Amino acid sequence: MAETTGTMAASSAISSRWGRGLRRCLAHPLLWPLLTLILLLAGNGLFNPGFLALQWRDGHLYGNLIDIAHRAAPLALVSLGMTLVIALRGLDISVGAVLAIAATVAAWTIGHVSNDGLLPLWLAIAAALAAGALCGLWNGWLVVGAGMQPIVATLILMVAGRGIAQSISGGQILTLYYAPYSFLGNGFVLGLPFSLFVVAAVFALLQLALRKTALGLFVRAIGHNPQAAHVAGVRARAITLGAYVFCGIAAALAGLLVSSNVNSADANNAGLLLELDAILAVALGGSLLGGGRFSLAGSLLGALIIQALTTTIYAIGVPPQVNLAVKAVLVFAVMLLQSPLCRGQLRALLRLRAERRA
Amino acid sequence: MNAVAPAATSAAAGRRPWWRRRAQVPLLVTLVLFVAMAGAGGVLYHGFLTPQVFLNLLIDNAFLCIVAVGMTFVILAGGIDLSVGAVVAFSTVLLAELVQRHGWPPLAAIALVLAVGTGFGAGMGVLIQRFRLQPFVVTLAGMFLARGVATLISVDSIDIDQPWLASVANLRLPLGGGSMLSVGALVALAVVAAGALLAGASSFGRTVYAIGGSESSARLMGLPVDATVVRVYALSGFCAALAGVVYTLYMLSGYSQHALGLELDAIAAVVIGGTVLAGGSGYVLGTLLGVLVLGLIQTLIVFDGELSSWWTRIVIGALLLAFCLLQRLFRRKEIKP
Repeated sequence: MAETTGTMAASSAISSRWGRGLRRCLAHPLLWPLLTLILLLAGNGLFNPGFLALQWRDGHLYGNLIDIAHRAAPLALVSLGMTLVIALRGLDISVGAVLAIAATVAAWTIGHVSNDGLLPLWLAIAAALAAGALCGLWNGWLVVGAGMQPIVATLILMVAGRGIAQSISGGQILTLYYAPYSFLGNGFVLGLPFSLFVVAAVFALLQLALRKTALGLFVRAIGHNPQAAHVAGVRARAITLGAYVFCGIAAALAGLLVSSNVNSADANNAGLLLELDAILAVALGGSLLGGGRFSLAGSLLGALIIQALTTTIYAIGVPPQVNLAVKAVLVFAVMLLQSPLCRGQLRALLRLRAERRA
Repeated sequence: MNAVAPAATSAAAGRRPWWRRRAQVPLLVTLVLFVAMAGAGGVLYHGFLTPQVFLNLLIDNAFLCIVAVGMTFVILAGGIDLSVGAVVAFSTVLLAELVQRHGWPPLAAIALVLAVGTGFGAGMGVLIQRFRLQPFVVTLAGMFLARGVATLISVDSIDIDQPWLASVANLRLPLGGGSMLSVGALVALAVVAAGALLAGASSFGRTVYAIGGSESSARLMGLPVDATVVRVYALSGFCAALAGVVYTLYMLSGYSQHALGLELDAIAAVVIGGTVLAGGSGYVLGTLLGVLVLGLIQTLIVFDGELSSWWTRIVIGALLLAFCLLQRLFRRKEIKP
């Protein structure tokens, strides 16, 4: 072999490696959500130079970016749970109601335990998480045990849940006067909001469970083809039940953050329309709404995009009501881009135009 | 082929008396429930069993009834429409804005509202049918869009004092014996009658049942599946817009936060009325009964005076659960002969 051909081969190998790397980058499922988020933030920075600035004040980090992440935390938690449920071909539209129940249970517990030390805090957290798990178990049982469609099964709790929460709170907004509890939603650790650590911990735990055990594989298998997974010996029923329970617990965690952030629990309005935002976050993150393919990191990005959008709309002074319409257009766009049929038609259209030009 | 199939099924079903056919059982349960609740109310509360109490059920739930009829068709075809509450709110805002702030004649405004609602539903139907998107997600996005656009038109509630609309809203038709009905209730009854006819005695209705039973079979039978799916969502959009008009008359205002969660009530009414959520089986008249049961729960709670309002939601949830489980029970029995 001559040396010249060797160098040529090497250079072409380098360029093809570059090309492959680029192509892999372009095909990466997280590219589009990440790009959307960056564009959104960069656009904000362009119009409002102070937007991206971070400040260190009183030992805490302040700034719009931190604020967006902090406010997105409850939604991010719920979207993580929703991602799992959707990956298993399910849906949980009761998360908003579960959030309200958990928040009310926590507030009720604190109101009924004497305010000494940290005991009420732990009790409230335990009670709220137990309530969330119970709600999830109920949903999961209806889906797995009674064989209902997921939408219908969770619709029941969505309808009744706020009624249950109101019956716990006696129909009033429970106000909390208990400093340790307010740390959950307002506290700072290492200069960052505590809520970020909660999200990070849940995300890390979930990633660990899905990546380091066979669970992730099982979830994908069930989502792609439940029957095949069942025949292959995957315990689809137990895993599905577990996903609903986890979704309930995630909603309960979000309820703790929300209620402690505003120091009150509103059975009627806490987490209103949250289920829609969570589904939107999951879809924006690149998970298939039909199940099978999912991305937890994508859902986190989706939640951040939604919050960044809300903050943007507030920041540029457009009436906040536009938010709903913008979200709707986003959902339609994402759905159409995800639809294989629509993609095929778009591709055919592009090809036709190219042929005509040629 | 079309002429033979219904005859054959009715002959097969004709062996049993109508009240023992499976499809009728949930409906019968609802009927028994309604009568029992009304009876219990009559025993417990003074002045409950008067005609006006029951006519008020219709007057206060006219919009729900209209929405639920549209929803019945969607669910019969195996879909779901979550946008109806938002479309109702949008219609109230659009109507109020046109009449109150732009001086449109009410009838022209109503016509436009109905056209917009129908077009909106048809648009969602096209997305669902053409691109194979899930009805749940498409109509969810439609719900965002309708409420968003409603708030864009007007953030605040618009009160209506246009004389013609106000007089129609206050019109009460005496039925003798001191009882009366509102215009909205009459519209609701007309919609129920038209819906029952459409479902039971038209080729469109038969196609809807066929699609709900099995879409691929309906397609193989040569039924116009695609056009019917779009029409079903258009019908639901039309019903929601009509309900919006009735709601505007009922409240005499247009507000983007009207009818929050109405879609849940409508789905509950349809299910309690005996329609199977997977599609293919159910009756429009059952939906009317479902709406009346929901209304009766509220009336009972109001009459009691001691029960808190949130019990309504809990009871509706429990009923929803009971009827869903009942449906499962009967479906399982059908599979195992």
